[in-house]
This record gives sequence, structure tokens and C-alpha cells, in this order.
Amino acid sequence: MATMETSASSASNHEALANSRRTRNSWLLSLPAVLLLLIGASGPLLVLLVCSFLEPGDYGGVIWKPGIEAWFKTIFSDGIGGDAIQLADAHLLIFWRSVKVSLLTVLVTFALGFPTAYFIATRPRPQRTVWLFLITIPFWSSLLIRTIAILEMIRGEGVINTLAIWIGFIDQPMQMLHTEGAVLLGMAYVYLPLMVLPLHASIERFDFRLLEAGYDLYANRWQVFRRIVLPLAGPGIVAGSILVFVSSLGAYVTPRVLGGDESAMIASLIGYQFSQAENWPLGAALAILLLAAVAIVLVIFIRTLCAERADDR
Amino acid sequence: MTDEHPAAALPTGKRSIFPVKTIPGLSAVAVISIAVLYAPVFALVVHSFHAGDSGALWQGFSLKWYVAALENREVREAFMRSLTVAASASAIATVAATMAAVARTRTFPGRTAIHLLINQPVMMPEIIMAAALLIVFASIKAATGYAGLGYLILAHAAFCVPVAYLPVRARLESIDLNLEMAAADLYATPWQAFRRITLPLMAPGIAAGAILAFVISLDDVIISEFVKAAGQDTLPTYMLGQLRQTVTPEINAISTALIALTAILLCIFFVLSPTRERKS
Repeated sequence: MATMETSASSASNHEALANSRRTRNSWLLSLPAVLLLLIGASGPLLVLLVCSFLEPGDYGGVIWKPGIEAWFKTIFSDGIGGDAIQLADAHLLIFWRSVKVSLLTVLVTFALGFPTAYFIATRPRPQRTVWLFLITIPFWSSLLIRTIAILEMIRGEGVINTLAIWIGFIDQPMQMLHTEGAVLLGMAYVYLPLMVLPLHASIERFDFRLLEAGYDLYANRWQVFRRIVLPLAGPGIVAGSILVFVSSLGAYVTPRVLGGDESAMIASLIGYQFSQAENWPLGAALAILLLAAVAIVLVIFIRTLCAERADDR
Repeated sequence: MTDEHPAAALPTGKRSIFPVKTIPGLSAVAVISIAVLYAPVFALVVHSFHAGDSGALWQGFSLKWYVAALENREVREAFMRSLTVAASASAIATVAATMAAVARTRTFPGRTAIHLLINQPVMMPEIIMAAALLIVFASIKAATGYAGLGYLILAHAAFCVPVAYLPVRARLESIDLNLEMAAADLYATPWQAFRRITLPLMAPGIAAGAILAFVISLDDVIISEFVKAAGQDTLPTYMLGQLRQTVTPEINAISTALIALTAILLCIFFVLSPTRERKS
């Protein structure tokens, strides 16, 4: 600074000074947000990673002794005797179930979401805003309350059972709650807007003359749908599927409320390690594992998107 | 599928009105999907006015579950706690997000890093953040002995920053920055230009960001569930706890009240939201 002031005060020096002051001001302005996120988001993630390499305390918490036992335990368990090492069937089953239910959720939301998005995108403009608004409201409203609404529908004395008995379909209430089907239904319900919104965004940009050209060239409806509509909607399909898959994979509330012990998913397993089981390092390792899975899916997504952009050029 | 070409069925003169955009059957599925999106919530709202206990057969209209909820001390305390946390967190997050948004109008080194940091929590499963915060706050609690609402407020403020940032940023982008320069030409100091020109223009975006942050904080379940100390239930964690026992329509009454509050706030948000303005 001192050398700058003593040197011949040219215009460029003034500019450099103003620039550095502007940079400093910009950083100062960003500081509260940066600090907040370092203390409340990024920092804790690092702590989580460190915690997964420590040993569990007796009643929750950790002992400052490094070890990879937690990581070992995510996949293996020492049998009952203690010396026989075997795969942790319970954990693997939960991983598999999480992936399976998430994929099924993607399929169901796509089957319902694609027609919905296409329908909305082909409405005249003023109408379209209203329909879109109807999808956006559930998107922003409480996931817990929407899950409770499904709970009200399917529980023993709920709407569906009462109606079915009243009509005479069944005599005894069906057991729908606490099953994998209930979790799938609930997840498809709460995550449907996540599928519709990106799909709509890509269908809205369609050049519908391409469909017309397809029909002109004697394609039938199925061919036009299969060869023109679906490829054009590609980016929306990928984005919607990723959003729904990632959200379902980490879902905690919906499986907890609608599922039972036999339909637990990975987030419930993480929660269990921090509450009843009091094995924090194992919980941390499982959380990092989930984070890695999500990151991999997102990276694949971004690369697909980049490849598509490159194709466009 | 069918061999017959759909357009061939039409008389040649009417070919131009062949509905190119229409795909048969999609509209029906779409309308049913949207109806299904609303039916359960509608049923829940109707049920909150139910005179019966827990069965779904209609036994008459009553407000007794609302009275029950209001008379329940736990519910009142949880609600007040939710409001306190949401108001504090959204205020802190909005101020921080606004400052960061203003800083980002100028290019400076590290700009991208800050942008990434702000958007980092968006796609991450909440359970991961909840677990991480549990560990950090537990050690802070052990070291300092402080066990108040501060942890909840801090955690909520952190995940509200990206939420508040987006509307503020969108609004700021729609403002003509030449106005600030014009003010400078008229001998306004940078602070005066910001205070009298930029800030009033940003106000709708800031309000929209604050409301959205408030709603997101009010609805949060997972992070609150992990961060809260014993006896620090917010309304959503209280409801989650109640769901383990038999569900009474009292939960429906609380849910309906929350839906109403959220709906009002979201309507205000949509009125203020910059994207809507650009469209009209």
C-alpha cells in the first residue's frame, strides 16, 4: 500500500486500488453468508467425515481414537461369536430396498408426471400459468403434512378402508400402512411435482412443427411419440428422474411415517444409529456413503447434460 | 399400434386442423394426477372439522379438534417455538443472503466459490446435514453448556440462506445498474445510492426471500428433529412424535391451520416474486 501511494500516482494505480477495495468490500459483504454456511453446513460435513473414522462412545458421542471400524461395519458384521466375519445382511437389505423403492418412485412419478407435464405445456398461456401454479403449491408446502394426508387415506380406519367397507368391497380393513407399497405410494405422491416441473420446462420449449413433420412423413402416433416427443423431452426426463431419485434415496419422513420396521430405508438406518443404537461413527459413515451415492448420481447427470449440450452444437 | 395413419382418417380439406399436439389419453391421466395431488389434502382438511373420533365415516361438523389443539399446552408452546425459530432464522438468512447478492453484482476473485458454497446444501439429503449438525452441536453443548434455541436458529438460518438468496438475486438481476451510476453522477455517495436507489428496488425480492425462508423453516422436520434438545419440540417435530401413537383428528386440525398459514404466505410470495412480474 505504502509503495503504491509514494509511486507516481497514475490512473492505473488508482484503478488497481479501487479494484482491490471493491474486492475487499465484496468479500466483506459476502462474509455473513459464508460464515453462516461454514458453521451451519460445510463445516459440519467435514466433522461428519472425521467422526466416521473415530470410535463410538458408550452412550452416543465419540471417543477420540482413530479407527475404521465404523466403515467396516457398514457392510460387514462380526457374527454372534465375534470372530466370524460376514456380510451385514440387514444393512445390505436396506441399501437394496432404498435403491429399489427410489427407482420405482421414479417410474411411477414419470408415468403420471409425463402426461401431466405434457398436458400443462400444451395449454394456452393464461391457462398454463394456473395449471402450473396448481403443481407448484404442493411443491412448496409441507412434506410432513402431505405425508399425513396419505396416512389418513390408507390407515386402518382411513378414508380408503372406510369407503371400501361402506361400498361392500371388503368386510375387514386392509392392512396398507407399514408396507413397502405404502412407502412407494407416499413417495410418489410427495415427489410428483419434482418430476412434473422439469418435464414441463423441457416440453414447453418444443417446436411442435417437428411433430407435424413427423405426421406428414406418415409416422403414426406411437412413432411420433417414441421418435420425436420422448427424445425432445430427454433433458427434462433426466432432470426430473434425478431429482426424484435423489430425494427418494435420502427420504426420512415419508418412510418413517408410512413404513414399518420391515420397510426401513437408508435415512431411517442413519437416524437409528444416532438415536437408539447410539453408534455415531457408524451413523456418520452411512451418511457419508449416502452423500457419495447422491454425488455420483449428480455427476452422471451433469455429464449427460454436458454431452447433450455438445450434441446440440 | 394401428396401421391407419391418424391424419388419413380426416377429409383432406380439414387436414390443417389435425391436432398435432394432442396425444390421446394423456389429458385424462393429467387431470386425474392433478386431482389425486389435491384429494388427500382436501380429505385431511375436511376431516379436521369432523365431529367423530378417528373413523372416516362422517358424523357431523364440529370445531372440537381445533379447540382441543388450542387447549393443548404442548401444541401452543411448539407453535410459538416454531414461529420464533422461523422468524429469527429467516431474518438472519435474508440479511446475509441480501448482502451476498449485492456483492455478487460485481465481479471479484472468489465469486464462483461463494456461489458454490451458497448453493451447496440444496441437493443434499437433509438427513446428512441433520446428522452432521447433531455431532457439531453436541460437542459445542458439551463444551459451553449452552442448550437454548440458538442451535435450532443457527441450523435453520444456514439452510435458509440459499432459499432467500434466489429471489433476492433474481430481483437484483432485473434492476438496471445504470440507475446506481446515475445517482453517483448526481453526487450521491455509494451508500446513498444503495440506500435510496438499489435497496428500494430490491425490496420486493428481499420480502419474497424472507417469506420463502420463513415457510421453509416453519415446515422443516428432519434437521429440527435431530438438533432440538429434549422439550424443544417445534410444531412439525411434535406432530411427527404424535404420529407414533393413535392419530386423532387433532393432528388434522393442526395440519389444516399450518396449511392455511403456508398458503397465505405463499400467495404473498407469488405476488412479490420477480419471475411473475417479468411474465406479465
